[in-house]
Amino acid sequence: METAAEIVQHSGGVIGLSWLTIALPLLGAAILLLGGRRTDRWGHLLGVAMSLASFVVAVIVFFELLGFGADERRRVVELYDFLPGGTLDVKMGLLLDPLSISFVLLITGVGSLIHIYSIGYMAHDPNRRRFFAYLNLFVAAMLLLVLADNYLGLYVGWEGVGLASYLLIGFWQHKPSAAAAAKKAFIVNRVGDMGLALGIFVIFTTFGTIAYGPVLANASQASQGTLTLIGLALLLGACGKSAQLPLQSWLLDAMEGPTPVSALIHAATMVTAGVYLVVRSGPIYIGAPTAALVVTIVGVATLLAGAIIGTAKDDIKKALAGSTMSQIGYMMLAAGLGPVGYAFAIAHLIAHGFFKASMFLGAGSVMHAMNDEVDMRKFGGLAPKMRITWATFGLGYLAIIGFPLLSGYWTKDGIIEATMEHSPILGWLAVIGAGITGFYMSRLFFMTFHGKPRWEKDAHPHESPAVMTWPLILLSIGSVFGGAFLIMGNRFMEFLAPAVGRPKELPHFAPFSVAGVATLAVVAVGVAYAWLKYGRAEVPAVAPRGSFLTVFARRDLYGDAINEALFMRPGQWLTRLAVFFDNRGVDGLVNGLAALIGGTSGRLRRVQTGFVRSYAMSIFLGAALLVGAWFVVGNL
Amino acid sequence: MSTLTAAPITAPTIEYGELAPMLIIFGAAMIGVLVEAFTPRYLRKSIQMPITVLSMVGAFALTVWQGVRGVRSAAAMGAIAVDGPSLFIWGAILLLAIVSVLLINDDDHFVAEAAAVPGSAEEDQALSQGGAHTEIYPLVLFAVGGMMLFPAANDLLIMFVALEVMSLPLYLLCGLARRRRLLSQEAAMKYFLLGAFSSAFFLYGTALLYGFAGSVDLKAIATALSTVGGQDALLFIGAATLGVGLLFKIGAAPFQAWKPDVYQGSPTPITALMASGTLIAAFGALLRVFWVALGDLDAEWTPVLWGVAILTMVVGAVLAITQTDIKRMLAYSSIAHTGFLLTAVVATGKESQNANALSGILFYLLAYGFATVGAFAVVTMVRDPGGEAGHLSRWAGLGKRSPLLAGIFALFLLAFAGIPLTSGFFGKYAVFAAAVAGGAVQLVIVGVVTSAMAAFFYVRVIVLMFFSDPAPEGPTIAVPSMGTAAVVTLSAAATVVLGVFPQPVLDLAHTAAQSLFVR
Amino acid sequence: MELYVPILVLAVLAAGFAVFSVGIAPFTGPKRWNRAKLDGYECGIEPTPQPVGGGRFPLKYMITAMLFIVFDIEIIFLYPWAVAFDKLGVFGLVEMVLFIVTVLVAYAYVWRRRGLDWD
Repeated sequence: METAAEIVQHSGGVIGLSWLTIALPLLGAAILLLGGRRTDRWGHLLGVAMSLASFVVAVIVFFELLGFGADERRRVVELYDFLPGGTLDVKMGLLLDPLSISFVLLITGVGSLIHIYSIGYMAHDPNRRRFFAYLNLFVAAMLLLVLADNYLGLYVGWEGVGLASYLLIGFWQHKPSAAAAAKKAFIVNRVGDMGLALGIFVIFTTFGTIAYGPVLANASQASQGTLTLIGLALLLGACGKSAQLPLQSWLLDAMEGPTPVSALIHAATMVTAGVYLVVRSGPIYIGAPTAALVVTIVGVATLLAGAIIGTAKDDIKKALAGSTMSQIGYMMLAAGLGPVGYAFAIAHLIAHGFFKASMFLGAGSVMHAMNDEVDMRKFGGLAPKMRITWATFGLGYLAIIGFPLLSGYWTKDGIIEATMEHSPILGWLAVIGAGITGFYMSRLFFMTFHGKPRWEKDAHPHESPAVMTWPLILLSIGSVFGGAFLIMGNRFMEFLAPAVGRPKELPHFAPFSVAGVATLAVVAVGVAYAWLKYGRAEVPAVAPRGSFLTVFARRDLYGDAINEALFMRPGQWLTRLAVFFDNRGVDGLVNGLAALIGGTSGRLRRVQTGFVRSYAMSIFLGAALLVGAWFVVGNL
Repeated sequence: MSTLTAAPITAPTIEYGELAPMLIIFGAAMIGVLVEAFTPRYLRKSIQMPITVLSMVGAFALTVWQGVRGVRSAAAMGAIAVDGPSLFIWGAILLLAIVSVLLINDDDHFVAEAAAVPGSAEEDQALSQGGAHTEIYPLVLFAVGGMMLFPAANDLLIMFVALEVMSLPLYLLCGLARRRRLLSQEAAMKYFLLGAFSSAFFLYGTALLYGFAGSVDLKAIATALSTVGGQDALLFIGAATLGVGLLFKIGAAPFQAWKPDVYQGSPTPITALMASGTLIAAFGALLRVFWVALGDLDAEWTPVLWGVAILTMVVGAVLAITQTDIKRMLAYSSIAHTGFLLTAVVATGKESQNANALSGILFYLLAYGFATVGAFAVVTMVRDPGGEAGHLSRWAGLGKRSPLLAGIFALFLLAFAGIPLTSGFFGKYAVFAAAVAGGAVQLVIVGVVTSAMAAFFYVRVIVLMFFSDPAPEGPTIAVPSMGTAAVVTLSAAATVVLGVFPQPVLDLAHTAAQSLFVR
Repeated sequence: MELYVPILVLAVLAAGFAVFSVGIAPFTGPKRWNRAKLDGYECGIEPTPQPVGGGRFPLKYMITAMLFIVFDIEIIFLYPWAVAFDKLGVFGLVEMVLFIVTVLVAYAYVWRRRGLDWD
């Protein structure tokens, strides 16, 4: 295996200005948040402009990066000494390499489209300006996350996107469910963040630095046990952010946020941060096979769990959220495979960014048309009413199930085949996952757009305005051609190689391998079953009681119940115990100490009589004391 | 009879160029006095303010220029040292003085007619005529000039003169508060009496050291330490009483009693100037005396200052807890900070460590100075009908009524507490690190414990501001004038910048400290 | 020790003169007694009635006294300069002019602010 290229210092050029990509949206957020109501009228335009400007800078940086030879494409732009001197010397810089620039283009590109879409979607919301401020804030934080050249910078961005996510999930905080969902996302993410922080601590104590360059270059010199510990801790962080088992429960609730948020943060970008973290820390996982194995297992478990949840949801956004979990499971799986999977993981991530964003926005368009209804049982037969939405959603749908030659086909099959070579068991599980994907996505598609209309009486579906449909069209172009563009001829693998290394032997992509054919067959079965059940047959307007399995899936595989039983109740008991102990033991001690100091203070205060004569006396006595002490010390 | 004949007298030399920053300040002060004498009343303020600010800016520019030129010399026949620390301290004092003058420029802090009996008809008349003493500007200039001379003096007599030039105008300024006149006059009186008392100690120490060394020159005293034997009584009493005079000025325990009363009673802009400028100047002088003149005596004075440092930290932190007046609380906080700074003074004496300790102290002083001026500027803006809302209970719920102001004040408090990402963190870190390097680990432990206690009362104010219900008829927030707004903004910016991006200033302090004090 | 003999002689002479003056006065001077002469200050002016313990007196006395001290000290600086003035040359002249200007500024302030007026 070839390792990643050296990181070189860079100055000048547009790359030297890459901090602008972060600064511009941050500035936008600052202006919109501090400007208050004064900026209401043009706030959304500023938000879009900042995001677009950031995208433009990113594109120029990308082309400038391409101008360098493949091995010189890892460039660090020094910004400033964040914590100078001492043992913890953190220089804040931006790392521009193929991996980070891929993310930057995805974040700013898809982000800008979603910004534009939101102009229409949030047109009637009184707090539209605040919404755009948060979106800008998110973009800035996410860019910091992927661009930072050290783990601390990543952590800052990580917390930043967490904050933006929290604010946006709870954007309609007047709804108790939205407020609760925001809180849940925040708390579950804290668990993951703790893992990430722990991982960074161990990295620092092991390597004495937290910059990617030295840490990753020296990863092979650390003991395997340490690397496993770091890998598992980072994985815990990744699980929190990317909604992987066992920290998956927040993502479904997060759909309480406005749909553009679901598209941008909870489908296309933020939730993929975990994959970024694992891929970025590649050398650590290469040195810790156990941790890498756990990554693949988590990936497979989540891809199945997410798919199963997706089959049972009637809420269109929750079904899509299950699908997101599942697709990120695929990426995790690929990321756990090592260099052979990195390119596929990131390629799938990018392709998924396009088609999932397209579908979420499509779902938003549908909701927009149906008075914010999310229950698919009240949709049906929407295709003729919303041609553009139907077409773009359909392309996204075909892409995700892996319809030949569309994006998902290239990237997902790549993952499955790479997994097959690695471990047949995991590979076949991934194939099964693909079949379930075919089923639930078809179910979603047919229930929404085909069959007989089951609309509420006051629904008057109509196509969305151009400001919403154009982003859909642009995104669907990405979902159609993105995969082929990236995967054919190992183009993306070659591109990423300087950043993440190159596998020993390049995978040769055979369209009709056993795994490929099997996948297609399984998907076809899934689609067909869905057609029989939801396309041709009548869909009941009220969900049938369903089998044990359906209930199981509907309840999110009892994820919340498990959390409650395993963590919440014992946690509450622990809290009560701690409070009891705190009241009786710690408080007694602390209060005693405080009373002691306070009492001393009160008594000492009386020395401050306010009489200048007593002050002078104290000075005189102090002087006498000083002279006396001097003599005593001098004559020792 | 030969000894009585006059020694040959030669004309001394004075390096006017190197002393120019100080000369500008003193010159401007004299022009200010002439303006008072010869211009009509209504014109004075509009003339005084530009003179004051421009001279300070000019002096600052000259100081910077000298720093760039790398001036490191003893001017005026070795009586005044223009070295790295002096230049840094000058720059810091001038910056803080400029900021304080912007605050002083606000109209309603100063009395209209100082000589009128408080509450008398004359006072009312002067108030209604809108008069104000414009003498404050030349007085401030004289005080600032004294502050610059004090730490640069390389000779005990010059130092004494500087001490008086610095203190006398401040005594006067303390008594000029427009509201709560009696409190202000009491503060001025106390400050004057105690200041005179401590000056006497300083002078007494000077005399005894002269008796010991035969010279008031710091370098000559240092030389005498190794050559003169059998005069320990003179030396010890002299050094100790000299120390009393200096420790009084920085407000170290047990000589701290004046600080709360004076800080509380003075007009708040003057408190800001004293709490920042005087502290910096006095610390510079203290360091110069103890490191240059008494450097070889460190075995004797280190244990004594250990005790003083511990006592100062404990007294400052413990007494601050039960204070109910915001200005008194800040005064005790200033005492605690004096103690923290003393830890670095104590832990040195060895040449190699001195530079690090000195640069830490310099940075700390600058950072603390800005936070202090900013905090007092905020204090001027929170008003009751009768003046500033001093009592802490009046500050309850301020965060709900004026989140921006309360947020900025919270920032200053966090800087005092030494929370990371504020200037206070790096200051405290630098000082404690120097102390640890100097082997004063126990001292640093006391410092950290008292810091924690101090953090308690800072955070208590923050909690009070943000989590208590506002008083029904709470204080009004004065709309800040341009000057006050600028002061608050500048100080907050300095506090954040020094906390996030301290390196340039740390480097500057380090370069300044590298030369140590010229002898 | 012999260095101090002239001083000692001077002191003895001065003390002798003082004792002699006081001693001879009762015998040679005229004796015209009156009430004012028997009062605390025998300069012939009747003392102002004052409350027990001193009481207040007008601030203008203080101001006059302080002004006297300020301008008096000027002499202390002028005297040594006058002694060595040829050796100090132009430097001495310049410095002394600066000093006098400084005092003059203060004087001008006092004068313009009517510090020299008694009423």
